[in-house]
Amino acid sequence: MKRQIPFALVFIFGAFMIFQYFIPHETSEWVYEFLLDWIIIIGIFALALGIWSLLRVSMDKIKNKKENYVYSYLILFGLFGEIIFGFTAFNGESWGFYIPFVVCALLAIGMVIHTMISTGKRTTFAGLSVLFILLSVLISIFDNSWSFHFSSAEGVQNPMFRSFFDHILIPVLSTMFALLAFFIASAAYRAFRARNLLATLLLVAALIVMMRFNPWVPVIYGDYGAKLSNWLMNVPNLAAQRAIVIGIGLGIVATALKIILGIERGYMGKG
Amino acid sequence: MKLKTVIFICLLLLATISVSAQEGTEVVPEADTTEQMPPPAPISMLTATDTDNDNGHSVTLTWEASPDDGQGAGTVMFYEIFRWVPLMRDTVEQVRSELANAEQELDIGDPTGEIKERRNRLRDEYAGLLSRYSDAYGQYPNNGIWKSVGVSPSGDTNFVDKGSKKREAFDYLPDYCDFYYQVFAVTSDDEIRTGSEIFGPVHSYGQLFNTGRIPIFAAVLFFCFMTIYFVQKAKKGADLYVRPLAGIEAVDDAIGRATEMGKPILYVLGLGTASDVATIASFTILGRVAKKVAEYQTALIVPTYDPIVMTVAQEVVKSAYIDAGRPDDFKEDTVHFVTQSQFAYVAAVNGTMLRELPATNVYMGKFFAESLLLAETGAVAGSIQIAGTDEIAQIPFFIVACDYTLIGEELYAASAYLGREPVLLGSLKAQDWAKAAIVILGITGLIAANLGWTYFTDLFQVMN
Repeated sequence: MKRQIPFALVFIFGAFMIFQYFIPHETSEWVYEFLLDWIIIIGIFALALGIWSLLRVSMDKIKNKKENYVYSYLILFGLFGEIIFGFTAFNGESWGFYIPFVVCALLAIGMVIHTMISTGKRTTFAGLSVLFILLSVLISIFDNSWSFHFSSAEGVQNPMFRSFFDHILIPVLSTMFALLAFFIASAAYRAFRARNLLATLLLVAALIVMMRFNPWVPVIYGDYGAKLSNWLMNVPNLAAQRAIVIGIGLGIVATALKIILGIERGYMGKG
Repeated sequence: MKLKTVIFICLLLLATISVSAQEGTEVVPEADTTEQMPPPAPISMLTATDTDNDNGHSVTLTWEASPDDGQGAGTVMFYEIFRWVPLMRDTVEQVRSELANAEQELDIGDPTGEIKERRNRLRDEYAGLLSRYSDAYGQYPNNGIWKSVGVSPSGDTNFVDKGSKKREAFDYLPDYCDFYYQVFAVTSDDEIRTGSEIFGPVHSYGQLFNTGRIPIFAAVLFFCFMTIYFVQKAKKGADLYVRPLAGIEAVDDAIGRATEMGKPILYVLGLGTASDVATIASFTILGRVAKKVAEYQTALIVPTYDPIVMTVAQEVVKSAYIDAGRPDDFKEDTVHFVTQSQFAYVAAVNGTMLRELPATNVYMGKFFAESLLLAETGAVAGSIQIAGTDEIAQIPFFIVACDYTLIGEELYAASAYLGREPVLLGSLKAQDWAKAAIVILGITGLIAANLGWTYFTDLFQVMN
C-alpha cells in the first residue's frame, strides 16, 4: 500500500498531463495551473528541509572539528545574518542599537547551536544563549529606530541586507563565473591536442571557427574562411546536434511513459 | 540736406506706387486642386467564428477585401475592426483600475486599515459587475457602443480578436456571449472610411480537443504502442540486444577503484528539479551506484541543489542501502542540501572535490554553465569522471573534461542498461525503432518536398 498509492498518483497525474496537452479547454488549463502551483507550495516546504540539512551538516563539521570546519561558522553566520536583515527595517535615519541587536541575536543562535552539539560545558552555553536571547529581546522592545517586518517586504530594502547581497554575494558569484574563461582555455588545450586523425580534424575545425570570431584575423582570413566556418557550424555541427536532440526527445517520452506506467521505479528508491 | 530730402521723397513715392500696385492686383484665390477623396468600397462577406483549437476568449474574423484595396481606386490603407461592447464596460474598467490602485497602496502599508476596507468593498463591487457583464452583451443594440478592437493592414483578410481569459484583466473577453462586429475600410484620411455590414451574434468558447496537434497525438500513440509491445515481448523472455555503453560499464570499475583507494565517490545530480526527466533518470542511476557503494562499503557524497531533489535522493540512497542489506550504514547526511544559487553550489562542490579528493565523480542530470567548472576541477583533483546530460550545449564540455560521457538519450538508457531488466530493455528497443521510423520519414519527407508532394508533408504539419 505504501508503494501502490504513489504509483496510482503518478499514473493519474502523469496521464492527465499527457492529455492536457491535447485539450485546450479552459477547465483543463485551470487544473494544469492548479497542479503547477502545488510544485511551488511543495518547494517552499522542502526548502525548510533543505535548510535543516545544511544546518545539520555544518553543525556536524563543527562538532567533529573536521577539516576547515571554521567555514561552517561562516555559512551559519551568512544564513542567519541574512534572515535577520531580511525581516528587519529601519524606521528612520537612525541606526539605534541595531548592530548590537544583530550581534546579540547571532551570538544567541551560536550559543544554542553549541548547546546542541557540545558534549561538555552545555550548561555554560545554555546560560549564555539565554543571556543573549534576553538581550536581543530587550533591545528589540526598547529600540524604536528599527522594527520587525514578517508579513511585508520592507526588509528587502534594509541597507544591511542589500549590502551583503550586492557587495559580497554578487561579486563572489561573478568571480566563480569568470573562472569559466580559464577552464575553457585549459579544457580546449587538452581537447585540441592532435593525437590521432580524429583529434587533428577536431583541432583544424576548431581553429577555423575560432579564427572566424577573432577581431583581427578576418583581414587576412577573408570571405572564404568565414563561409567555411559558417558551413561547419550550420551543416555538420547542426546535423549532429539535431540527431542528438531527436534522441533526447524520444528518450524523454520513453522515460516519462515508463514512469507513468510504473515500469521505471528508480525515483522511488526501488530500481 | 537737399540730397536727404530727395531720397526721402523718392522712397515715399516708391512706397505709394507699390501700395497702389498691390491694391490694383486682383488676388486670385488658389484653386483647390485636392478633390475630396471618395469613400472606399466596403469589404464584403464578413464572417466571424470562434477561433479553433484554443481555450476560448477569441473570435476570428474573415472577409473579402474591399475592391479599392490594392486595385480600383487603391485608397484603402487599413481595416479597423469594431466590436459592440456594453456601456457597463467603462464602469468595470474604472472599478478595476481603482481596485488595482488599492492593491498597490495596500502593499506599501495600511496602518489604519482603511485601505483594506476600501479594497474589499471594491472587490465585491467588481465581482458583482463581472457577474452581470456577460448578460450585458445580450442587450445589443441598446446600452452599448462600438469599440475599436484592432486594425489590420490593407491586403489582410482576417483578424483575430483575442481577449484575456482572466476576469480581472482589462481585455477580458467572456465566453458564450453575443458579439457583434463591423469592419471599416479606412483611407489615408482617417475620416474617410466605409463600414461593412454588421455581423453577429457570434460566441467564443474553448475546444475539447486540439485538432492541430493530431500528428503529435498519433506519434505519441504509436510510440506508446511500440513501448508496450516491446516490454511485453521482453517479459515473455525475448533476448534483446543493447549496445554497450562505455560510461555505464565504467561505473562498476570506478566504484571498485574508490574502494581500493579508500576514497569517496561524489555524485552530482545537477541543477535540475525533481520534475526534469534527466534528474529522474539520474535518481535511478544513483540508486544503482548507491547499492554498489553499500556493498563495497565505500563512502558516498551527494550534494544537492534543490531541496525536493535532496529529499527524493535521500529516499533513493536509503532504499539502496536496505536492498544491499546494510541499512545501518546509511547516513542521512550522505545526501545533503547546499544552496539554490548556481555558482555558490559550484563553489561548494568544487571545495568538496579539492578537500575530499574523491576517487570518482559522477555527474548525471541537468547541467548548465557550471558543467565545465565542475568537470575541470574534478580533472585537477585527479578523479575518474563519468558524466551524462541531456543539455546539448554542455555535452562538449563534459566530453573534453571527463573520462566517460553519456550523450543525450544514453542518460535515459543507462538505468535500463544498469538494471538489465527485460522490461526496461524493451523500452530501449522501442526507442530504437522510433528513431528508425523518424529516419525513414525524414528521407521520405525530403523526397516528397523536392517532388512537390505537399499532401505528404501536410500530414505532419502541427498547428498551434
